[in-house]
Amino acid sequence: MTEQLSVTGLTAGYGGPPIIEDISLSVEPGEIAVVLGPNGAGKSTLLKTIFALTSVSAGSIRLGERELTECRTSALVPLGVSAVPQNRNVFPSMTVDENLDVGTYAAPPADQKATRERVLSLFPDLKGKLRQPAGELSGGQRQMVAMGRALMSEPKLVLLDEPTAGLSPAYLERIFDLLLDIRKTGITILMVEQNARQALQIADHGHILVNGRNHVSGTGEELLGDKDVRRLFLGGAAG
Amino acid sequence: MSEFINFYLFPALTIGSIYALGAVGISMIFGILRFAHFAHGDLMTLGTYGILAAAALMPVNPLLLVPFGMALTVFAALFVDRYFYRPLRDLPTIYTVISSFGIALVFRSLIQLVWGSENQVLVAGVRPPLILFDTFRVSVLHLQAIVTTAVIAVLLHFFLTATRTGRSMRAVADDPELAEVSGLDTAKVVRWTWIIGAALAAVAGAFAALNTSAHPNLGWNLLLPMFAAAILGGIGKPMGAMAGGFIIGMAEELSSYHWIGDEALISPSYKTAVAFVIMISLLIFRPQGLFKGRLL
Repeated sequence: MTEQLSVTGLTAGYGGPPIIEDISLSVEPGEIAVVLGPNGAGKSTLLKTIFALTSVSAGSIRLGERELTECRTSALVPLGVSAVPQNRNVFPSMTVDENLDVGTYAAPPADQKATRERVLSLFPDLKGKLRQPAGELSGGQRQMVAMGRALMSEPKLVLLDEPTAGLSPAYLERIFDLLLDIRKTGITILMVEQNARQALQIADHGHILVNGRNHVSGTGEELLGDKDVRRLFLGGAAG
Repeated sequence: MSEFINFYLFPALTIGSIYALGAVGISMIFGILRFAHFAHGDLMTLGTYGILAAAALMPVNPLLLVPFGMALTVFAALFVDRYFYRPLRDLPTIYTVISSFGIALVFRSLIQLVWGSENQVLVAGVRPPLILFDTFRVSVLHLQAIVTTAVIAVLLHFFLTATRTGRSMRAVADDPELAEVSGLDTAKVVRWTWIIGAALAAVAGAFAALNTSAHPNLGWNLLLPMFAAAILGGIGKPMGAMAGGFIIGMAEELSSYHWIGDEALISPSYKTAVAFVIMISLLIFRPQGLFKGRLL
């Protein structure tokens, strides 16, 4: 059973002045939530903070009843939280098969073979490349390996940092389709995305950050229909 | 031909084996812990003296006593990592590198204090060579060193590619932050890096001492070619370091063969310079090594 992610009054940074301040948001079980905002708004820092890669000075992050700010990064996977960083998201010298296998080490699934089959059915492109070093794959294929690795531990929540960054339009569409497929399996997704319009089209909720603070939140539809959001964050054109 | 094989090829493969076993640890520590471990040669020496101490109590073939050397080097490596290197882990790497210089001196001084500074032999007397096909005269020690290293290479390859701990080690060497994000137990990976590196250093120390003699500078004198081997193989690539060890050992030994005319190509007294030249050339022209390791 998945659990709600609740971020409340979160302030965090990298040791100096805070990058995000007093951020609050919640993500319901099994939904896709997207964090949007201009460059430097603190979107990636928010994701890194949930994954214990920054220093938190105030606030809380809860997954169900569990407080995550007290956990080390490596302890989060066994709690059901997986992450896919934006860059360097695969182990380049290891094969695709080994990359997927590494995803099971911290939280071995009950039936590893079945989980692997399920993950490969989501990413059929990878089936023919299992013995190839991940560093030799295209950007889109690497993203699939990274997402596959994150799913191998059967997480409750997956954090994705700009999963479509640098991908061709064809792969971009496929990644968004894949996110919908992953949601169907009951996994909660929280992602940061630059392709705001497409992300809001598939998202249940969106949260826009500006200067490290909450600016506006709403359902994907509400934000797509909001005149100010369209003007400021979606390039002005009507959706 | 038989002269080349008897007096150059087998000794070269033996030296290569010693370099290979030492270079694996240097490469793994550099790849996973991100620092050049200058105490690795002295760790090797410590292993040799551990075997020597055991040999004083048990008069058996010294190779049977290698586990005692391994136990001593593994204990010493885990101890210095816990109390000297780990507290420096979050500081710039240079602190740990300088610290490893200090540890090298501590190891060497301790060895001199406990066992003295004179040369000591693990096996006294001359052992007759094996004669193969009525032509090739191969020292038993050379054969033991080459076969042992080949077996270790196979086992190490299996460990790194087929076991969970081995794959985790490769993952941490590839990208430590992603390894942590993936939930890997990096403390366990670090522990295994020291265990394997130190254990193989003891084996290298045993063969180095059997090949010549045990003395407190034994490992320190081999540090440069072992670093050259690690760089040649690609930092963070243990199997590359193995191959690098053999290449450096062969290049050193075979550089003094009379390839042209009757004179040695390079005087044997300049053999070590060959490793140095290879290392500098690699750092300039191919710093990632032959097997695409980490850039220095």
